[in-house]
Amino acid sequence: MAAFAQSLLAASAGGVGPARVQMGSTLGFHIVLACIGIAMPTIVLLAEFIGLKFANPVALLLARRWSQVLGVLVAVGAVTGTVLSFEMGLLWPGLMRQYGSVLGLPFGFEGVFFLLEAIFTAIYIYGWRRLGGWKHFWTGVPIAISGIGGAMSVVAVNSWMNQPGGFTLANGQIVQVKPWQVFFNHAFAYETPHMIVAAYMVAGFLTASVYAVGYLRGRRDRYHRLGFAIPFAIAACLAPVQVLIGDTAARSVAADQPVKFAAMEYVSHTSTHVPEYLGGIYLNGRVYGGLPIPSMDSILVGFSPNTRVIGLDSVPADLRPPAPTLIHLCFDAMVGLGTLMLLPGLWWLFSYWRRRGLPRSRIFWLLGFVCGPAAVIAMESGWIVTEVGRQPWVVYHHLTTADAATTNNVVPTLTAIVVLYTILGVATIAMLRIMSRRWRVIDARNAPGGRDRSATRPVPTEAQRS
Amino acid sequence: MIAALVGCVLLAVITLYVTFGGADFGAGFWNLVAGGDVRGEGPRRLIEESITPVWESNHVWLIFGLVLFWTAYPEAFAAVTSADAVPLWLAVFGVVLRGAAFAFAKEAHRLASRRALGAIFAFSSLIAPFFMGCVVGGVAAGKVPANATRASAASWTGALSILCGLLFVGACAYLAAIYLVAEAAQRHDVGLQTYFIRRARLAGIATGVLSLAALIELGRVDPHVFDRLTGRALPLVILTGACGLVVLTQLTTKRVRGLRLVAWLGVASIVWGWGVAQYPIVLPGTDLSVSDAGAPSTTLNTLLVLAVIVLLLVAPSFLLLFRLQGKQLLGSDELEPSEA
Repeated sequence: MAAFAQSLLAASAGGVGPARVQMGSTLGFHIVLACIGIAMPTIVLLAEFIGLKFANPVALLLARRWSQVLGVLVAVGAVTGTVLSFEMGLLWPGLMRQYGSVLGLPFGFEGVFFLLEAIFTAIYIYGWRRLGGWKHFWTGVPIAISGIGGAMSVVAVNSWMNQPGGFTLANGQIVQVKPWQVFFNHAFAYETPHMIVAAYMVAGFLTASVYAVGYLRGRRDRYHRLGFAIPFAIAACLAPVQVLIGDTAARSVAADQPVKFAAMEYVSHTSTHVPEYLGGIYLNGRVYGGLPIPSMDSILVGFSPNTRVIGLDSVPADLRPPAPTLIHLCFDAMVGLGTLMLLPGLWWLFSYWRRRGLPRSRIFWLLGFVCGPAAVIAMESGWIVTEVGRQPWVVYHHLTTADAATTNNVVPTLTAIVVLYTILGVATIAMLRIMSRRWRVIDARNAPGGRDRSATRPVPTEAQRS
Repeated sequence: MIAALVGCVLLAVITLYVTFGGADFGAGFWNLVAGGDVRGEGPRRLIEESITPVWESNHVWLIFGLVLFWTAYPEAFAAVTSADAVPLWLAVFGVVLRGAAFAFAKEAHRLASRRALGAIFAFSSLIAPFFMGCVVGGVAAGKVPANATRASAASWTGALSILCGLLFVGACAYLAAIYLVAEAAQRHDVGLQTYFIRRARLAGIATGVLSLAALIELGRVDPHVFDRLTGRALPLVILTGACGLVVLTQLTTKRVRGLRLVAWLGVASIVWGWGVAQYPIVLPGTDLSVSDAGAPSTTLNTLLVLAVIVLLLVAPSFLLLFRLQGKQLLGSDELEPSEA
């Protein structure tokens, strides 16, 4: 833990430190909401689809409640996203001055997707009462599509920062831009699917984990089982896909950004037969406490122990990422948790094969709960790997983070942001708990044996009524 | 030519943000001054119903505008964000608090928390437009140097900045009151209609006075922009004044038809007046013009393609949203029968 704190300090050292910490914390906060904004609409739509297609009132009720949750989270996501847009200029004027006209293009497309997403989200979540049935369902489809489009555009910017291209510099000025090459840069093909699948896993496992907790506390009705099954099915199906994408992405990083990869895997010297370390702390070129698997890193990179892997010593010390320990442990966390998240899906498959139903074991439901936070931690760790691993560059091999950063004092705004976001985070969770408690009271009242038996079903929409 | 067209696209996006997003801030202002729980209940409910389904979509114009700004004029963007870091941060905090408090207030059912969140929503609705106005005022006054790398109070604390800040708050409140008059009329609520007519008139007069004061101050600090505003942009300035007078007359005679459109046109035309007066300079007081502000032509072309996409996809979607909202088909989902 001490080493982790030390790595964090090292990562934030220097003049640009506060700016990086601020960018990191605001992005780290927003990204969870972004995942929900990208993927949650699909989950809600699947529930509504089941509800309409199979006349399943429980699925419809879940869809309506989830869309209320989505309403709150998308609103918070919209404002935390605005903070990031301003921060592009407020924290990184050097980056914008030099490359604003290049990386602004994918952001522009993101803006269009975001406009569409916001409009149809409003129609969808506020249209339940008066737009009924399938008409309502179809107003949600553009949200899901624009969510994916928006994610592709934003990640295109990040992958461009990792593998910049599509522009011509003359005397330090951008004189020509090739939009296609900017958008579909070299890292686009592996970064974008990795993030979109991660978003679906975060939203799916996180939603499912809420109902797993309910199940563990004894609420085992259809409502809770379905509330778990719908988001869980999506996330669990994608978990193995993510392992494959992640594996490809890691190999591509080894080829495209060898120094980042060297930090991820503790490769201090360029050589063959490089061992793969599990865990461990990196200090002055040596690994302490890690579990080495001989030649495994070489095998993972090139399918042979003779594969030469480029080490940190290939570049001078000032061009190496600042905190290999942080990068490596985050990478291990992401891979480890990604593997863990395969388990409940397999378990469910097995149980379905044996007796056509959800597993009854408490351990399964405990695992179902753990996968929610695990997906968030894995996704955040992945971002730490890619962002800290690219340092000292902001635009790989073109612009250093120090040159991009503002010369203004960022400490006051950083302090304010930390306070504000802490309150915002606590308030958001409190709000979700209030909503869930309210629904539980209603369900208890409506349940057979409850005080009010007149309304055991949700109100049908107007179209269904007519 | 292309550079000028991209400038027009940016100006159009700013117009949409000011006239729609701005009105949502203005609604916060009316929430603030609506009085106690009992007296303010009616207006507050109308405000909530009117902006709930639309504020987020309107808000996205701000993000889209920022992206256009930095993509088309990266130098100017970096200069403004460096010099005006303080007011921009304050505006950002306003935006965050406004959005979060509004979203939470809808779900909070206890009176005390609703009240607290309502107050945060209302106060932050003042802060955000005020500081955005300060930034625009400082830019118009030529107080942002092209090579600015450090925050400077001089860039946003001049008299014109403060006047513009107040003007933004006033214009937001004015538009919001007008839109709320129309919303009340749609609901056949004569009481609230009269309530907001009175307030729209006050806000209209205050905004008019602030505009004149800002104009006079502009003549003092930036004669160059002033000359153009009263020269080639004069028709737009006159249009703004005319729209203001028509709105005031209509308010006095309580004629609601077309009120929104005329008020909208008045505010939109002053935004365009500002744009025309500045053209071709992006940052007054510097030589950063639209054609040499940094972006190569392929970037500008792509932005125009983007504008066409917005016109084809986003515009009809917005019309659908506003139409559904106008027909009162959108509302909070109170699905639980026993919740009431």
